[in-house]
Amino acid sequence: MTGEKLKFAFYWAASCGGCEIAVLDMNEAILEVVSAADILFWPVAIDTKYSDVEAMEDGHIDVCFFNGAIRNSEQKELAHLLRKKSKVLVAFGSCAVTGGIPGLANLSSRKGVFETVYLDNASIENPDGTVPETSSRVKEGELTIPEFFDTVDTLDQTVEVDYYLPGCPPPTALIMNAINAILSGELPPKGSVIAPARSVCDECRFEKSEKRITKIKRIYEVEELEDRCLLEQGIICMGPATRGGCGAPCLEANMPCTGCGGPTPNSLDQGGKMISALASVLGIDSEAVSSDKEVEAMLDRLIDPVGTFYKYGLPSALIKRRVMKE
Amino acid sequence: MMEDFEPTVVAFLCNWCSYAGADLAGTSRLKYPSNIRSIRVMCSGRVDPIFILDALKEGIDGVLVAGCHPGDCHYQSGNYKTNRKIKLIKRLLSELNIEPDRVRFEYISASEGQKFATVVTEFVGRLKEMGPSPLKEACE
Ligand code: SF4
Ligand code: SF4
Ligand code: FES
Repeated sequence: MTGEKLKFAFYWAASCGGCEIAVLDMNEAILEVVSAADILFWPVAIDTKYSDVEAMEDGHIDVCFFNGAIRNSEQKELAHLLRKKSKVLVAFGSCAVTGGIPGLANLSSRKGVFETVYLDNASIENPDGTVPETSSRVKEGELTIPEFFDTVDTLDQTVEVDYYLPGCPPPTALIMNAINAILSGELPPKGSVIAPARSVCDECRFEKSEKRITKIKRIYEVEELEDRCLLEQGIICMGPATRGGCGAPCLEANMPCTGCGGPTPNSLDQGGKMISALASVLGIDSEAVSSDKEVEAMLDRLIDPVGTFYKYGLPSALIKRRVMKE
Repeated sequence: MMEDFEPTVVAFLCNWCSYAGADLAGTSRLKYPSNIRSIRVMCSGRVDPIFILDALKEGIDGVLVAGCHPGDCHYQSGNYKTNRKIKLIKRLLSELNIEPDRVRFEYISASEGQKFATVVTEFVGRLKEMGPSPLKEACE
């Protein structure tokens, strides 16, 4: 049908830009998309303004791919605006789905982030201690910028989301799947994660056995990496707690999964699941070696539990931020 | 801190030992604070870390998990795993600026009614000192 092209929009909030590249990684396939769809709004690639979106009728956009977490008032406003103007809103990539790397800022606060970025930073000279203010007076008048929040939120903590496409960035095959499903009108039920219902371990080239580990190791501490499950060599691999769909490329490259696929299906909390998995392989189950001191010594080698278990998903965790106490 | 603060405690008790221990404390008419809500599980190993995180998220002030003594777990290793789980959760909580003492693991056998009463009394006392969970506000 001519003149019946689907209307797409892409937006980026708190993200790194990688999701935009992931869209381009479709290579020639993107041409098919462009022939079947019109892209109405895509700040990274085409010159459109927020006012163009505001001028649209509600529900005018058929599908909006929204990447990035919500950490300031501009992103929040655009999330609401694009929700209103789009029939289908897809949370695209870890940051939109679970909070992503920017979500680790939930270990700090606006004040903490500003201190690190603008004040207490070796490469910054800021004798006046200037930090961003939502409004400042200059001789030409008042200047305003968006408000930076203490807490990073996911997209669905901000507006209703129809579909989720996890990954940092989402794997090309999954993007293609989603786009094909949209083009053919064969979308899964609302609220679905458009990725397979299995874990990274299920897709990994290694097989987990029942081996125990007595020491947690960082990858550089392993002298000779063996060709077997990394977790069973003492390297923390988030595979058991992470949804697959990526085909486990990190393991293909002898690197542990760091969890970008988000929690496994039906799991309330990725970190909680990983704690279970780690507790099961760590140490030998007998009285002799289960002394509290020995267990603690093993755990001392886990330097940053939050950063390890929630690298891409602190905002969507059951406990979503560090408690702020004055 | 509020004088009359009464913490809410969820206790996951292993069917084979600690639950029986709690029972014994009851039938022996031992006194312990009524702040605890007991949940019987078949083994301390059944306690998923997610149960604990979820309880804390819902504003529960403290979570007690009690299982069989080392060597006594009916499923061989549930108690060892849980000991490690709880230690991991405590480390996670510290990084999130939540008192790790809000979560506690104890070995309590079926004959240790007295130990059960002492642990609960001590734990509730410690939670009173700490005050309400900092996550409580977030849920209200
Ligand atoms: S834990 Fe990691 S290395 Fe082991 S099977 Fe799972 S994904 Fe593969
Ligand atoms: S293996 Fe893990 S970290 Fe690597 S792409 Fe897959 S989900 Fe992401
Ligand atoms: S059966 Fe009691 S702790 Fe496992």
